[in-house]
Amino acid sequence: MTKLVTAVIQPHRLDDVKSALEAAGVRGLTVSEASGYGRQRGHTEVYRGAEYTVDLVPKVKIDVLVGDEDVAGVVEVVVKAAQTGKIGDGKVWVVPVEDVARVRTGEHGEDAL
Amino acid sequence: MEFALDSGNTAWMITAASLVLLMTPALAFFYGGMVRGKSVLNMMMMSFGAMGIVGLIWVLYGYSGTFGTDVAGLFGNPFDFFGLQGATDDASLMAAAGVPFLVAAGYQATFAIITVALISGAIADRFKFSAWMVFAAIWVSIVYVPLAHMVWGGGLLGADGITSGLSTPIDFAGGTVVHINAGVAGLVLAILVGKRKGFGKEPMRPHNLPFVMLGAALLWFGWFGFNAGSEFAADGVAGRAWLNTMVATCVAMLAWLATEKLRDGHATSLGAASGVVAGLVAITPAAAAVDSYGAIAIGAIAGVLCALAVGLKYKFGYDDSLDVVGVHLVGGLTGTVLIGFFATDANSTWYPDGALNGLFYGGGVTQLATQVIVALAAVVFSGVMTLLIGLALKATIGLRASEEAEVGGVDLAVHGETAYETLGARVVTEVK
Repeated sequence: MTKLVTAVIQPHRLDDVKSALEAAGVRGLTVSEASGYGRQRGHTEVYRGAEYTVDLVPKVKIDVLVGDEDVAGVVEVVVKAAQTGKIGDGKVWVVPVEDVARVRTGEHGEDAL
Repeated sequence: MEFALDSGNTAWMITAASLVLLMTPALAFFYGGMVRGKSVLNMMMMSFGAMGIVGLIWVLYGYSGTFGTDVAGLFGNPFDFFGLQGATDDASLMAAAGVPFLVAAGYQATFAIITVALISGAIADRFKFSAWMVFAAIWVSIVYVPLAHMVWGGGLLGADGITSGLSTPIDFAGGTVVHINAGVAGLVLAILVGKRKGFGKEPMRPHNLPFVMLGAALLWFGWFGFNAGSEFAADGVAGRAWLNTMVATCVAMLAWLATEKLRDGHATSLGAASGVVAGLVAITPAAAAVDSYGAIAIGAIAGVLCALAVGLKYKFGYDDSLDVVGVHLVGGLTGTVLIGFFATDANSTWYPDGALNGLFYGGGVTQLATQVIVALAAVVFSGVMTLLIGLALKATIGLRASEEAEVGGVDLAVHGETAYETLGARVVTEVK
């Protein structure tokens, strides 16, 4: 079986997370820009004295497909590399994936990772 | 007297005219960065549109209506120099400095253009572009041209006008004609067209602050042609105006930033850009009539007052989108009135006939009273005339874009363009 590990992290931690995943043997990932908020909500900006509360703050989302046996390790690697200890560090979650196909070769399952 | 060309002065005035013309595209960046991304093109187009229509009108009858033979103290004869024909260089506004007629006419055109463009900041995001172009044509013809004539062309607000028993009003480079005029017109138009949908509820923060900074920088650069050029010659007075323009602007920026830091906790880039413009506006009428201390004081006072004044729209509930009132009306009034305190013939080397020293320089209240009377007269004239034009347009072609256009963005609805490639605008099928 395959799992999808999705991490929403602080944009400035991306390089560290990427390096850590490479070091841990992960062979591919997808990165996208995201925005959102957690318990801390957003922040306040002031323009010519007018205050705006910005709810959605910029984040980076990383998707990694991994085999079952590597899931726990990959989650740990991401948490460790993305952690600053400050509020807004993000979340990592894992969902099961029914099938994966490599577009170039047509391989399926873990062979396609 | 036979006209004698002065090539040095003429070279400077052609340069100064080019600098002032640059101010309008600079304003397009300054304003364009402050609106939301969905209406930046419309915002910039209002400045470019003003260049087109006012540049044409100025050559046809605008210059003549301002500097032609006086009619009842209100405007010049528009047919004296229609199409800028029929004048020799002896009739040049700058003949005494040896600058030809057409150079003087061109220089003055750039003032009319920027004044009209300034108004557009009050009505961002929601005005019909067609209504804007018609408004620009009518407004420059029956508000700017008469007021410029009254102040600079020998009319009611000049040396021989309503204050002739007191003193000569001082408006060196356009505090009254440009900034008070545009500020009042912006206020009237903003009230007539109504608030932006979601004003005061939704965030309408600037979409591109680097544009705002770039625009402010280019405005500052162009403004040297505005103020130092208003001497009509390359001499020490132009140098005084240049220096005062620099220092008042530096101080106004610092004053705006200090006000923000104390009030909001942050010194912001928008505050720096706004402080620059506030300082430029306030020193404009006074540029050659005050010494360096006067310029520093005017910059400091304008920086603080304008920073506080931009909050008035929330208090009074009108939507002057980009603070034309807070920056140009308040800044223009500040500079115009402060001349009454700081005018000095001791160090400024420039002084119009009959003008007196200000209150702080031993001149009593005479010059102050003159400045206040002229400023109020300009407020009333500009306000009433703009109201009449606005009401007439509202009743005929309408002022406001449709609600769908406003919500979706006037760029797409009115101009058929979007400024930025976003996910929604990226998929385009080419149609031949």
